[in-house]
Amino acid sequence: MNPENYLVLSTVLFSLGAVGVLVRRNAIVVFMCVELMLNACNLAFVTFARMHGTLDGQVIAFFVMVVAAAEVVVGLAIVMTIFRTRRSASVDEANLLKY
Amino acid sequence: MSALLAADLAPFPVPSIEYSAISPLIAIFGAAVLGVLVEALLPRTARRPVQLVLTFGALAVAFGLVIWQRDTRATVLEGAVTIDGPTLFLQGTIIALAFVAALVMAERRVDVAGDDFAPRASALPGSDYERDLTRLGWLQTEVWPLLLFSIGGMVLFPASGDLLTMFIALEVLSLPLYLLTGMARRRRLLSQEASLKYFVLGAFSSALFLYGVALLYGFAGTVSLSGIAEALTDDAQQYGLVLGGTALVAIGLLFKIGASPFHQWTPDVYQGAPTSVTGFMAACTKVAAFGALLKVLFVALGGVRWDWAPMLWVIAVLTMVVGSIVAITQTDMKRMLAYSAVAQAGFVLVGVVAASPDGMAGTLVYLVAYGFASVGAFAVVTLVRDATGEATHLSQWAGLGKRSPLVAGVFALFLLAFAGIPLTSGFIGKFAVFTAGVASGAVALVVIAVVASAIAAFFYIRVILLMFFHDPAPDGPAVVVPSSMTTIAIAVTVAVTIVVGVIPQPLLALISDAGVFVR
Repeated sequence: MNPENYLVLSTVLFSLGAVGVLVRRNAIVVFMCVELMLNACNLAFVTFARMHGTLDGQVIAFFVMVVAAAEVVVGLAIVMTIFRTRRSASVDEANLLKY
Repeated sequence: MSALLAADLAPFPVPSIEYSAISPLIAIFGAAVLGVLVEALLPRTARRPVQLVLTFGALAVAFGLVIWQRDTRATVLEGAVTIDGPTLFLQGTIIALAFVAALVMAERRVDVAGDDFAPRASALPGSDYERDLTRLGWLQTEVWPLLLFSIGGMVLFPASGDLLTMFIALEVLSLPLYLLTGMARRRRLLSQEASLKYFVLGAFSSALFLYGVALLYGFAGTVSLSGIAEALTDDAQQYGLVLGGTALVAIGLLFKIGASPFHQWTPDVYQGAPTSVTGFMAACTKVAAFGALLKVLFVALGGVRWDWAPMLWVIAVLTMVVGSIVAITQTDMKRMLAYSAVAQAGFVLVGVVAASPDGMAGTLVYLVAYGFASVGAFAVVTLVRDATGEATHLSQWAGLGKRSPLVAGVFALFLLAFAGIPLTSGFIGKFAVFTAGVASGAVALVVIAVVASAIAAFFYIRVILLMFFHDPAPDGPAVVVPSSMTTIAIAVTVAVTIVVGVIPQPLLALISDAGVFVR
């Protein structure tokens, strides 16, 4: 199968994630969309590694997974703190700071 | 069986690790890991002194190691890290700025309740639990290892030799900052909200950065900066991958820099974060991110300069104009300084757009000037307080010069440095980037920059007028007398601002000795 199809899929996933970050209102969903973007990057890395015949891309994918896990920890901690304070995880209701 | 396996496997080359070249990083990350252990193992009352010794000790040692390594020009760790003149200069600057900013963070006399951080980030704002902790005088000590990890990421950021290391450094510097932003003792709702916004937008921009890295990897088959540069000279195929990758990587870095239109998080985060943390990130993050941007653009993407220079030209103009104009309408001191930081980022970008050795030297001068003035300005903001905490509304600063001429005078000095008035460091920085801009032919850009600095000077001078030529309100805020920590920090930043402004030659000589990035 042509590896370029995976690149197309990766682009679609990345775009879905990016649009999700911009339009969704629940912090958890926004957060999942960021993870989707990171995984789309992983798919692109692995596909390019296959196309170039080098291992670098596969190794990078592992690093990205670790970073994504670390990001989950920090992100969920922040969302949890906000939720306990406000009883809401909506990014629209966090609106004290403006202009 | 084992012989069979050994025959199948390719020989594994043992990577060479040049410990001396990365010794500053080892010192900072080692102290950060020790700091985590201190949090886990030591009793609560013993933690703070140990953490302070670790933090300041590690920073001092790392600074000494950077000076010791000053003649190193090498690619180490199998190409993951490159150490050269500009990198060492940036590392030294970041460590020095972090040391001064950490002094402000360690201050515990200006706030009657303790330091700048919530006693426990997990305690609900306004709850009995939080009140009890405050009454007992609990202090948050987890901020110190977080700070050290963040500084370590910043020191690694401009030293990265490949884009994967750069991405890891970006995350290591960002993740602790997201948490530090959310830990303010006062106005905790604002602080938590700032933390959420910073996190969401920061994670979004690092994902964009990473996709850019993936595209450049797809183009070059390697993520090493020099490898990408070589691939660019070899062939011009798959140009779309290069352009897309360049744009996405640049967006990720420009977000950290706070350049318009990626500056939306800056005012909210600068306002909501504890002020000492704001000073730290305003100075150090900017220096580190500009270092990384210079490295990517000059080492890896020098071959497509004619593609990224126009893009940066537009962003520089937008950043200067948006930052300067929106700052005029601000009524909150921290928010005004945040927009001022956006405008300053635009002026630094003029040096980057110049894309010449002079432009890079100018950028470095500007970063030193801006960094120290910025840490100092936010340190002064922590001193002006009323019963509810810091008095950050502009109207509360009216007549401050009549109540405490010294503090108001120091703040005025920093504002004049931001405005680029001669005999302050800001003038030297602006002069260096603008002359480099003119020399590289970007005359229109420099003209816009000069106009933008005139607009920016308006709101800086307006604050000075407000402080010295208005009558103080009867129930206005008071200036708190800090301990030696903040006093030293402010004294150092004032000294750098004046000395670099009056006798800039040593700094300029240091930067010209640093030379250019190795490939």
